[in-house]
Amino acid sequence: MSKEIEGPVEKSGEINVSEEIIKAEGLTKVFNKHLTAVDHVDFSVTNGEIFGFLGPNGAGKTTTINMLITILKPTAGTASVFGYDITKHASEVRNVIGVVPQEYTADEDLTGVENIILCADLYGIPRKVSRERAVELLELVEMTTFKDKKVATYSGGMRRRLELACGLINRPRILFLDEPTLGLDVQTRTATWNYIRKLKKEYGMTLFMTTHYLEEADALCDRVAIIDHGKIVVVGPPEDLKHSLGGDLITLSIREDDDVSEVVQKIEHVKDVKKENGSYRIKAEYGEITAPLIIEALRKKGHTVTKLSLTEPTLNEVYLEYTGKSMRDAEESREAFAAQRMTMRRARQ
Amino acid sequence: MSETNGNSKSKLHGLWALTNRDLKKWYKAPVIFLLSIIQPILWMGLLGKAMNIGAIFSGSSFALPPQLATQFTPEQLQQLGAYFAGLQSNIMTGAFSTADYFSFMSVGMIAFTALFTTMFSGMSVVWDRRLGFLNKALSTPVSRAVIVFSKVLSATLRSMFQAGIIIVIAVAFGLQFGPNFTPLNILGVFAILFLICVGLSSIFIAITIRSTRIETPMAVVNLINLPLMFASNAFFPTKLMPDWLQTIAKVNPLTYTTDAVRQLLIFDTDWAVLVVDFAYVGVFAVIAASIGIVLSWRFLSK
Repeated sequence: MSKEIEGPVEKSGEINVSEEIIKAEGLTKVFNKHLTAVDHVDFSVTNGEIFGFLGPNGAGKTTTINMLITILKPTAGTASVFGYDITKHASEVRNVIGVVPQEYTADEDLTGVENIILCADLYGIPRKVSRERAVELLELVEMTTFKDKKVATYSGGMRRRLELACGLINRPRILFLDEPTLGLDVQTRTATWNYIRKLKKEYGMTLFMTTHYLEEADALCDRVAIIDHGKIVVVGPPEDLKHSLGGDLITLSIREDDDVSEVVQKIEHVKDVKKENGSYRIKAEYGEITAPLIIEALRKKGHTVTKLSLTEPTLNEVYLEYTGKSMRDAEESREAFAAQRMTMRRARQ
Repeated sequence: MSETNGNSKSKLHGLWALTNRDLKKWYKAPVIFLLSIIQPILWMGLLGKAMNIGAIFSGSSFALPPQLATQFTPEQLQQLGAYFAGLQSNIMTGAFSTADYFSFMSVGMIAFTALFTTMFSGMSVVWDRRLGFLNKALSTPVSRAVIVFSKVLSATLRSMFQAGIIIVIAVAFGLQFGPNFTPLNILGVFAILFLICVGLSSIFIAITIRSTRIETPMAVVNLINLPLMFASNAFFPTKLMPDWLQTIAKVNPLTYTTDAVRQLLIFDTDWAVLVVDFAYVGVFAVIAASIGIVLSWRFLSK
């Protein structure tokens, strides 16, 4: 068993570093024969990137992650993690991945360090090694001071950090994070983002995360897959997704009364110029680069820019573009969500 | 980065970690630990000492009507008194195979405790599911069978400990050992308890592993625990039961467990009966554990 784990590269033969470390093809999960939670999903995650699954609650994010971490069997399709098939080589997959679940799974009656050791035992890590690692990990998530306190006394942020430490105990190559900042306050959320960035930067870890926070996907992920009703609607780096909408909106006014539309139109990246009530609405790709170019060009023609504002499209606009509804609206249709959740629960039983 | 070279390759790794996690909830919580010791004392006090069935048949219960008493000479009365006094012991021995109901009942308490402790073992599975711990464990390389068996083992160890307490208390309260009792017999008691606990907790875990609500297994437990208890020889001998109840009692593994413990502790040991008891409970444990583990396995790897 260990030999296979030591050499997954040789064994699978198709994994190169910087290659697809997770690959899903037609991955599907149907609960109770009628509730399709994940519907023929295809995607791949490259070595060393932070890949995000973005979508409203009930879109199928957790079901996808649960299939990848081998606790649910796909109804159809396949996926491989680090070259290992998630159904045929589940136990090899479990050895190379770390999981930080959505819930707080740490045992409240045990202390922080006892919880980490318990996780280590589940991987069969010898006590001598696990004690050393526990010290390191508690240091990493800045929990050393609280390590001997019972988890029942921890705050939400502390529990999250403990979950993170537990997920890292087997030194995984890929870490799965299911809604890592759900229910955290802004400060703790930022701190969690920093840990996640650190894992990518300092340990070269590949991270697969789900989130329903647009800002989180934007701030953290190298690539984002937007998922809606169990289907991936679009995949790409957040910047590209936003640019694909046709760019940013630059609004400017000049002191002079001349029509400068012609001048602006010729500038690189500018797509469209409209004069409205004495100000110009300019649609441009890469607004932050284009705006200075516009100012420069107008100054050369002897015009003075008096006012300028730049509006970048957010992932919410991307979501709107591809699903036809605002992410926030989707979140707010609580009743529909609650009904679906009930069905899911029944289906899972 | 992943270093699995030094990790345990045993299929059983994690078993003790998971078992100890459950046990810690019990022995590290002083209140729960204390209550689990007080519970059998209360039951023994109530059923064994307060409702002393033996006292019903005592000589004073058979006092002659006054007009009848005058027809006998004092010597005859004395003889009658002696007869009645002996009658109690005869009735008790005839019905319970021992003259002391407390001894009879306190052994029944051991089976009672095994049943109750194992029944609630399923509950912790529900909690682990609800709190997400089960999913967490499932995403680690720990074997599915180990997850189930750790629950069985923790319930078994717990009820064996409680059974030990009961024996100590019962002896302190006046349990009368059988004529060929040796301390070695205690080992036999723990052996049969191990078997019955493994069997019972496997069944209860199989019942509860699918449920996400605590209410479902609670209802199941409440439905079957007392009937299962009273349809056995734990508190009352089967031979005095109506036929239909005897039939149930004869397939109830608790009957065989209790009988085995009585053979070992308080009866004049009948080795042939004891072998049958062990065989029956052993087969029950193997079948129940197989069913429990197969069902749980199938459900856990859905």
